[in-house]
Order: sequence, then structure tokens, then C-alpha cells
Amino acid sequence: MSDGAIWTTIVLLGIGTYAIRFSFLGLIGNRALPPAVLRHLRYTGVAVLPGLVTPLVVWPSATDGEIDPVRLTAAVVALAVGVWRKDTIQSVLAGGITFGLGAWLVA
Amino acid sequence: MQGMVTASQRTKSPFVRGTIQGLPFLIVIVPFGALFGVLGSEAGLSLAQVMAFSTLVIAGASQFTAVQLIVEHTPMAIVVLSALAVNLRMMMYSAPLAPHLGPAPVWQRCLIAYLLVDQVYALAQSAYEDAPHWDVRDKVAYLGGVAVPVFPGWVAGTWAGAALGAQFPESWSLDFALPLAFLALVGPMLKTRAHVAAAFVSVLGALLLAWVPWNLGLIIAAGLAMAVGAEVERRA
Repeated sequence: MSDGAIWTTIVLLGIGTYAIRFSFLGLIGNRALPPAVLRHLRYTGVAVLPGLVTPLVVWPSATDGEIDPVRLTAAVVALAVGVWRKDTIQSVLAGGITFGLGAWLVA
Repeated sequence: MQGMVTASQRTKSPFVRGTIQGLPFLIVIVPFGALFGVLGSEAGLSLAQVMAFSTLVIAGASQFTAVQLIVEHTPMAIVVLSALAVNLRMMMYSAPLAPHLGPAPVWQRCLIAYLLVDQVYALAQSAYEDAPHWDVRDKVAYLGGVAVPVFPGWVAGTWAGAALGAQFPESWSLDFALPLAFLALVGPMLKTRAHVAAAFVSVLGALLLAWVPWNLGLIIAAGLAMAVGAEVERRA
């Protein structure tokens, strides 16, 4: 992406995110969202992020798209610790340590 | 002695209380901001661009999403759409706060919308329930107090990461840091069967639709996953 395109992306993303945050606070006021809409909104995070991360783990560009047991194991550990401890930092640390250890063992 | 402590707590202004309760979040926000700084500069963004992300967008997950898609040479419209989809959950933040903050002047609501990040919302929502006697000025003050450590922490963390990122040797395999950041965000989200079902559909959809051009497969998978999550919840 060109420098200008990156700046445009940042500005559009900033405006869009602000509009989302401002939506009810500023414009719609006290009117409640329909339950069906709320029900869908609850799943936006788990709908986008897992799909985004899966190809990065299964077909990493660093190995030219070859499945890498070390990355796969570290990903499973990070996810498991995240589910278990409900904590982002502990999850990153567990996955990072697993990845470091695995890379060292394989090397 | 005990009486004095209670008295000082009672007189503590909502603003000060917000600042004190926001401080512990620095433990999470600073390292996560630093991770974004490192990965943003690794992806080839300039320091100004990395900082613009963290000051204009102020939303970690969507910033990581945008950077990853930029690295994959995804068309701009898809980058913006995907990253905004991640942020749609924030509609759920501003809706429950509207009854509390709706009466505040427009300029204050404009500022609050800018600062309404995950942690600020979570603290404000529970504080407002705990202190029903607060008027709208107290509520705005509390939210401003929370933002005092949280917002500079995010910006400073990003800056530190971007400055440090350039120093890391190639051999560190930083390519894995980004998937790791996403995985660490997803784990704690898997709270119910509906969340797990949505995540499963998202993974399956992304793999099966990887052939669709411009990363549109991800958007389709996300739409399906959202519908499945909502449907599982409805039936539960």
C-alpha cells in the first residue's frame, strides 16, 4: 500500500470508529437497540478475529505457507491459556514462551 | 482511624476515584500498545503513521487487523471494512451509557466518545451502578478520571514499541507476534457456547473461503459467524 493510501486508511478508520462510539451517546440518545441487533453485536469480536488469525497460524508466510508444528503448538497453548485464565497478557506470555522454546528445540 | 479512612473515601471526588481505578489497567495497556508499536513499524509504517493509529483510532484489535491486512496488500476498502467490523461491538458500549451521559453538553459527549475504549467503558458501567446518587457532572468527571492513565498509557506504550521495534534482530521471528496478539484477544472472549460456535464458524469460513479475492472471504465468514452466534444464543 502506498504512503498516501495508508494515511487514508488511518483517517477513514479513525472517523468510522469515532462514529461507532458516538452513535448512541450523541445521536440516538436513550432509545434501546432491538434485542436481535444486540444479539448479533455481541459476536462481532469472535466472528472476525478467529477468521483473521487462522490462516496466519496454519499457513505462516515465514515458512512460505508450510504448516509449522512450533507455531501451531504455540497458538494452541496461547488460546488455551486465554480461555482458562481469561487474561490477554498471560495468554501472550504462554504462547510466546512456547514458541521460543519450540524454536530453540527444533533449531 | 477507621472512621477517618472512610471519611476520606467518601469525600474523594469522582474524578480522583476514576483515576485510581484506571491505574491498574496500565499493566495491560502499556505492553499491548508497545506490541502494536513494534508490529506497526515492522510492517513498514512510519513512526507518524503508527502514532496516528493509536491516537486517531485508539482500538487495539482493529489496529492489529488493519496492519495485518495492509501487510497482505489487501485493497483499502476491505482493510477499512474489516477493521470497522471488529469495532462494531463498541455500539454496545455507547448504548448503555447513553441514559447516564445523555444529559451532558454536546462537547463533553464528543470528548467522551473519543475516549470510550474497552477499559473505560467497563469501569464506567460498573461505577455508575455502584453510585446511583451521582449526577451527570460526577459521571462525566469519573469517566475523565479513568481516561487520565488509560489514554496516555496506550499512546506512550505505542511510542515505546515503535522506537524499540527498530532495534530487534531479524532472527526473533516477530512474524508470530501478531497472530499471538489476536489469539490472546480471542481466548478471553470465548465465554459461552454461542461465542465458541461463532469462533468455530469464523475459523472454518476463513479456511474454506481463503480463495475468495481481496480477503472478502473473511468478511463473509464473519457475517456467517455472527449469525450463528446470535442464533445459538437465541435457542439457548
